[in-house]
Amino acid sequence: MMTRRPIALVALLMLFAAGCGKKQPPLATPAPPPADRTAAAPVTPPPTRVETPLPVPAQPPLADDTVASRTLDDLNRDSPLRPVFFQVDSAELDDAGRAAVGANAEILKKNATWIVTIEGHCDERGSAEYNLALGDRRAVAARTFLVSLGIAPNRVRTVSYGKEFPFDPGHTEEAWSKNRRGHFVITSR
Amino acid sequence: MQIRLFSVRTRQQVFAQEYTAPAANPRQVAHTIADEIHMQQRRLRGVARTKIAFVSDRTRERQTGTVQNRDVKEIWMADYDGANQRRITITRDTNLNPAWSPDARTLAYTSYRRVPTGGQADIFESRIYQGLLDNPTKGIGENHLVAYSPDGSKIAFTSNRDGNPEIYVANRDGSALRRLTNHPAGDTSATWSPSSAQIAFISDRTGTNQPQLYVVNADGSGLRRLSVPESYVDKPTWAPAPYNEIAYTARSGGGFDIRVYELSSGQTRQVTFGEGSNESPSYSANGTHIAFMSSRFGRYQIFTIGRDGRGLKQVTREGTNQTPAWSN
Repeated sequence: MMTRRPIALVALLMLFAAGCGKKQPPLATPAPPPADRTAAAPVTPPPTRVETPLPVPAQPPLADDTVASRTLDDLNRDSPLRPVFFQVDSAELDDAGRAAVGANAEILKKNATWIVTIEGHCDERGSAEYNLALGDRRAVAARTFLVSLGIAPNRVRTVSYGKEFPFDPGHTEEAWSKNRRGHFVITSR
Repeated sequence: MQIRLFSVRTRQQVFAQEYTAPAANPRQVAHTIADEIHMQQRRLRGVARTKIAFVSDRTRERQTGTVQNRDVKEIWMADYDGANQRRITITRDTNLNPAWSPDARTLAYTSYRRVPTGGQADIFESRIYQGLLDNPTKGIGENHLVAYSPDGSKIAFTSNRDGNPEIYVANRDGSALRRLTNHPAGDTSATWSPSSAQIAFISDRTGTNQPQLYVVNADGSGLRRLSVPESYVDKPTWAPAPYNEIAYTARSGGGFDIRVYELSSGQTRQVTFGEGSNESPSYSANGTHIAFMSSRFGRYQIFTIGRDGRGLKQVTREGTNQTPAWSN
């Protein structure tokens, strides 16, 4: 810690010295002044404000792959696929959970090229390491039911995030109930 | 630099040593001296040159892609006292649960990598002084919570490759893979005994989502439960010799506390006492202290504390910091 300041100061001095060094050649060589903006800058008066706005160049059309990935992000931001919520310390689908997975299965049947990842999430009341296992079982439970409804297994991946990414950062029962979930992400379409 | 230590009581010189080192790093010289005095005077391996690795979101960078509003989680390391905080991973994604190799030159951790169809959790090893990256589990299933055997020859980790979380053991490079547990319940969070002959882990095989503490021989034989008073425990960490004990996370009230199971007596004792939530213990190489994460001052930060529960020190302050691993 003690040595940091002198080193930083020396580095600053070196930068300053380097900056001076770079400026010297343009001054020595008889370069045309308008072309050399760095050498001219210190002596020119500050630029006056331009009142008329400069024309904005037209945006070039986006490449096809950029459009595709943006659409996928937009799709997930406002996802047609419903999350599955779980009871405390449980990885079993209840009636509401089965209904949500059933609705998602219908959407995946209509969009037969979609590939999804089911993320398993837990609330903060479980411990960090065990929650990774619990999140795994939640995601796998949702996947197993989805596959039983006729979705091809190779269209559904799972991943567990434990309690690492709560959807609601609050510390109330309401927040926790939102954070115990199987979250569907469309990863290919 | 010359160091001389005199005993006031005996009026004699008890330690004298001369050191030559670059003036740019006086901390390293001071820490070397501290460790050598500890060893000579108290026969105790000092911790002054050890490192603590952990997970941090302090850069506040946002993850990109289809997952919205998530901060990146990267692996960081610091000196045992919190000095020299340095970033290890630069994946701008999620990295969790670092573990040190016994020679303290390699950090293994879970990293979520973008594979063609979304995130996947897998174990990576950063050889931090060489800038090399290894992937012993090679993307088969989801892999978490790696632990090196103290003799340096093997790794244990959790994988769902056979359908649900189980403990696996393999050579350092991932070869000679063997499944250690076989149960439809979840088995996870492995830690090695100091002799590398046994592994402690948690399993919820006795009741749904009531993880309990178990021990098994490294060849898979002799599985038994260690009886603890709590209905929910996690992250066992076997103490180095001579301490015959296992520290663990125990559910306590609304949060968690660090407790220690003494293998000789079967008794447990408390290390933290409900100040915030306290999780993920990791012993210092000499066993005298425990690093852990605590929410006692708000967001989770890394702390160290004596194994007797005294001498609390805060290691991190910036961002949220979690799951420490203390090096040899």
